[in-house]
Amino acid sequence: MSNIPPDLKYAKSHEWLKVAADGTATVGITDYAQSSLGDITFVQLPKVGAALKAGEAFGVVESVKAASDVYAPVAGTVLEVNKALDTNPEKLNQAPHTDAWIMKLKLANPADAAGLLGAADYAKLVG
Amino acid sequence: MSLLRTTPLNAFHRRHGGRMVDFAGWDMPVQYQSILEEHKAVRARCGLFDVSHMGEADVKGPEALQFLQRLVTNDCAKLFPGRVLYTVMCYPHGGVVDDLLVYMRGEGDYLLCINAGNIAKDIAWMQEQARGFNCTVTDRSDDYAQLAIQGPTAAALVQTLTKTNLAGIKYYHFAQGEVAGVKCIISRTGYTGEDGVELYCATADSVRLAEAVVAAGGPFGLELTGLGARDSLRLEAGFPLYGHEITDQITPITAGLGWVVKFDKGPFIGSDVLKAEKEKGFAKKIVFFKTGDRRIVRAGTPVLNPAGAVVGTVVSGTLSPMLNEAIGSALVEAAAAREPLAVDIRGTRLNLSLVKPPFVNLKKS
Repeated sequence: MSNIPPDLKYAKSHEWLKVAADGTATVGITDYAQSSLGDITFVQLPKVGAALKAGEAFGVVESVKAASDVYAPVAGTVLEVNKALDTNPEKLNQAPHTDAWIMKLKLANPADAAGLLGAADYAKLVG
Repeated sequence: MSLLRTTPLNAFHRRHGGRMVDFAGWDMPVQYQSILEEHKAVRARCGLFDVSHMGEADVKGPEALQFLQRLVTNDCAKLFPGRVLYTVMCYPHGGVVDDLLVYMRGEGDYLLCINAGNIAKDIAWMQEQARGFNCTVTDRSDDYAQLAIQGPTAAALVQTLTKTNLAGIKYYHFAQGEVAGVKCIISRTGYTGEDGVELYCATADSVRLAEAVVAAGGPFGLELTGLGARDSLRLEAGFPLYGHEITDQITPITAGLGWVVKFDKGPFIGSDVLKAEKEKGFAKKIVFFKTGDRRIVRAGTPVLNPAGAVVGTVVSGTLSPMLNEAIGSALVEAAAAREPLAVDIRGTRLNLSLVKPPFVNLKKS
């Protein structure tokens, strides 16, 4: 069974979004995604300052099995990336919802997050 | 209904958390916990692989040796009872039918171990080639299960389960014996580059044998290991995999397996073509490479020369868990292999450093 924290929002393409009160959000991939990919060996991070559209590929998560694009759940500008994943991509297998966040975004429109799935609906999707 | 074939250990794998995938038509565990950790366990301690999907064939009869000498490229006359030989068998045009192990049990009595995905093709090919020789080729694939216990502590683990002195069986030799009370062919062979054994037993005995190995494995650091680790271990060791470094379109000479092609034993299937290739030089060759980068260079990736022209194709690629960088092999134009080669991975150009395998230091018995 996948771990699906109730306080996160989810995209159908298996990214999560955690919105902060200041209109920024943290983005990563879900436990279900890391488990499906298997051993993660490389993460291609986006550039700080990049303006992303909703649904736009912003990076690549690569495992022994395959390389997969990761998509911005909502539109925003990249504020920060998790440099630790450059040297320790396996952290994505260990702590996908916490330490192994991928990027922080300044949301183009904080209300967009409401269009994403809640934990219960995401659980149905991956069930 | 599943059309996948299963080994007798299918329920064993599921009980132990194996992640099952379709491998060459077989429902096999690609991993239990982590491919990278299972790989490292085999280099540091030992791992148990189910390789029961591999095929076996008996070659028996007064002219079995003459037939094998005609069939395969290596010299089976060098075999004696208890000795194992690695070889390939080729088509008349020099392409590889399969790579295989030949076990000599006695005069006119050989056991062959062939690739899972090639069983039907190999048996048909061998039976056709055996016409005119006083010997028979019999598919025994369903009769045998096969377990590989590989790694520096593998022999010590298996030694606790058998009276057969494993130290007395040298690399590429075998003995008949009992392991955990199960009659086995105990073979000092493997596909990881590590010391270890491969155990051939009756299909019905295989779960009992596997459970006994697991039960005895704790003090030896045994891990259950899947086909994912098996592939990265063999690539790190520089061993070919059928369908990648060798195919019906890649000769053993091109693949760098000239050491298993023995022209001085007399003619064999494909020998004229292979001899000409060896003497005139070959158009293409298999090279092994590393990149210094973690991005995996996957099979099918074009290989580029300094001008950016495509001069070859990657045939195997993974992340070396020991080197922590991408490693692989490629089929390239022989002339181009003297120039710096590169690949483009999602817009990043990575230079290939050619390596003579193994990629890591190996301590075989």
